[in-house]
Amino acid sequence: MKKRADGSLMCLMAVFLLIVWSGCAKRQPPVARPAPPPPAAAPATPGVRPPAPPQPVSEPPVVPPEPVPIDELATKTLDELNRDSPLGPVFFEYDSAELPADAQAQLTTNAAVLKQRATWVITIEGHCDERGTAEYNLALGERRAAAARTYLMSLGIAADRVKTVSYGKEFPFDPGNTEAAYAKNRRAHFVITAK
Amino acid sequence: MTAHRLLPTALIAMASVSVLAWQQPPPTPPASQTQPPRQPAEIELSIMGEPGAPPRYAVPDFIALGTDEQTRGAAKSIAQVLWDDLAFEREFYMIPRDTYASIPAAKSPETVPFERWRELGADGLIIGTVRKVNDTFQVQAWLYNVKMQKSVFGKEYTGGTRNERIFAHTISDEIHMQQRALQGVARSKLAFASDRDRESVTGTVQKRDVKEIYISDYDGANQQRATAQRRLNLTPAWSPDGRAIAYTAYRNESPDIAVSFIYKAAAPTWPARGKGHNFVPAWSPDGTKLAFWSNRDGNPEIYVMSADGSNARRLTHHRASDVSPAWSPSGNQIAFVSDRTGSPQIYLMDADGSAVRQITHESWADRPTWSPAPYNEIAYTSRTGPGYDIAIYDVATGQRRHITFGEGSNESPSFAANGRHLAFMSTRLGKSHIFTIGRDGKGLKQITKVGNNFMPNWSR
Repeated sequence: MKKRADGSLMCLMAVFLLIVWSGCAKRQPPVARPAPPPPAAAPATPGVRPPAPPQPVSEPPVVPPEPVPIDELATKTLDELNRDSPLGPVFFEYDSAELPADAQAQLTTNAAVLKQRATWVITIEGHCDERGTAEYNLALGERRAAAARTYLMSLGIAADRVKTVSYGKEFPFDPGNTEAAYAKNRRAHFVITAK
Repeated sequence: MTAHRLLPTALIAMASVSVLAWQQPPPTPPASQTQPPRQPAEIELSIMGEPGAPPRYAVPDFIALGTDEQTRGAAKSIAQVLWDDLAFEREFYMIPRDTYASIPAAKSPETVPFERWRELGADGLIIGTVRKVNDTFQVQAWLYNVKMQKSVFGKEYTGGTRNERIFAHTISDEIHMQQRALQGVARSKLAFASDRDRESVTGTVQKRDVKEIYISDYDGANQQRATAQRRLNLTPAWSPDGRAIAYTAYRNESPDIAVSFIYKAAAPTWPARGKGHNFVPAWSPDGTKLAFWSNRDGNPEIYVMSADGSNARRLTHHRASDVSPAWSPSGNQIAFVSDRTGSPQIYLMDADGSAVRQITHESWADRPTWSPAPYNEIAYTSRTGPGYDIAIYDVATGQRRHITFGEGSNESPSFAANGRHLAFMSTRLGKSHIFTIGRDGKGLKQITKVGNNFMPNWSR
């Protein structure tokens, strides 16, 4: 298990550095590079054919100097983990506990994380926007959390790792009364409770 | 909740009034005065108004038999509260108290200036006395038929000095019963959930305001907290005997049914025993059972159990959500909410789960409450726009009417024990507050003034 976690960490690190590099490359001013050597056979009449575009310079592959032995997620406390959770929330349509396609995609991502972190136990909180009545929303939240849990189980996450709770509309993430706020509050929220 | 023990539900014991149902001899009429012999007793006791009009009542300040501040204050406030209590049921025309400030206070029941009261147009006059004896008040009250200058009601009450309002409430309920054969609700109470103490728990996700259960007198006086658990508590429901409140409590982040015996310093009981998630308890009218909804079999369904948690039984079997049960006054039927047609609607079923039928067909209907006799009505939350209004469905005729009309959102109705009033939550003033209103939509009264308040329940 430890080994697998390290392996995946390497991958993550590599991806991370690539992202960092590409981000830098975009932002940095163009660097003076040696001009490509002229083509062996220069065209007879310059101007008829445009000069060949400069070949992209192949950068040396980015190699992390040393594999970093620290598993960042493993060192975080539960509070730190949940503050910036690797398990993204999934969102629902109004008065619905059906999982839209993007919710299913997020659940697939979450399932992958949970498979890497086999010791994690989570609670899925079902939340609703403020437009429904408080009492009925308790049931709607219950069904939203249950729908997310069932989907995770279908992706191979053990049932005993996933608890649910409905908070109805009691704990909105965004107290506003705009459609954007409502959309944010119609969610199944993932809380890591043990690791 | 492991190391941190539940705080006992902290409630100051209510000043209880022992009603010495000790009939005072009517003080004024001398024994020699002959009664009209053929007049039936009921007519003799019942004070009538002018034909077609309700009897007009006056309640001057009670007579303080003592000069201390407390006694004089009680004499004034008991009269005012009694006036308010009698006005609440709208059985009498209550003559405004300031219009008779000039009528000299009687020094004793024997010196009532009846002619002055007759000039004012009073049919009924309530005279009372307050005497402080050690730590108790002795309160006497008489109801006079002004025309006949005759007492038709007279009683003495003894109780603690901490809550003088209960004297007025008791007198009001007894006068309503004697004069109108009406069960008054002046001694009943409200329970509701509130965030007023601004307590919150710092959870793993966000700082979250908790809600606790609060109680108050029916008129909003004596608001006090009934739970002290620092967690989310919702949907309180008074036991029929008024000693306990069942509610939805998030114990260890898991919703369950709690029962708090609010006048005892004891931790709540958990009759559903944490089997699945359990919500929205409702006492059967005889107090022996609790209906509630639970996901214990995977889907929100209605269950019923004995009040001690034994004999749990599932009543609904549908893949939709079946939630928020409410008993009929006879205990033979249960109203509930189901979204089996796609949106929440009100349904009825027999108490064994049979004979399910849908009674609302609108965009959104939630939280039924069933009126006690003599009315056979179900009030519920009905969507009427962006918000909700209180609707009332007549079970016999199927007729439906609204009693609120789009001022804010109006939700979570609960009938009073006599079926004549409802408590509900309204956002008409911005925040969520508890109001009471007559079943005819008149007599709106604001109960809460601080915090946000939700899901009222009116005691039997």
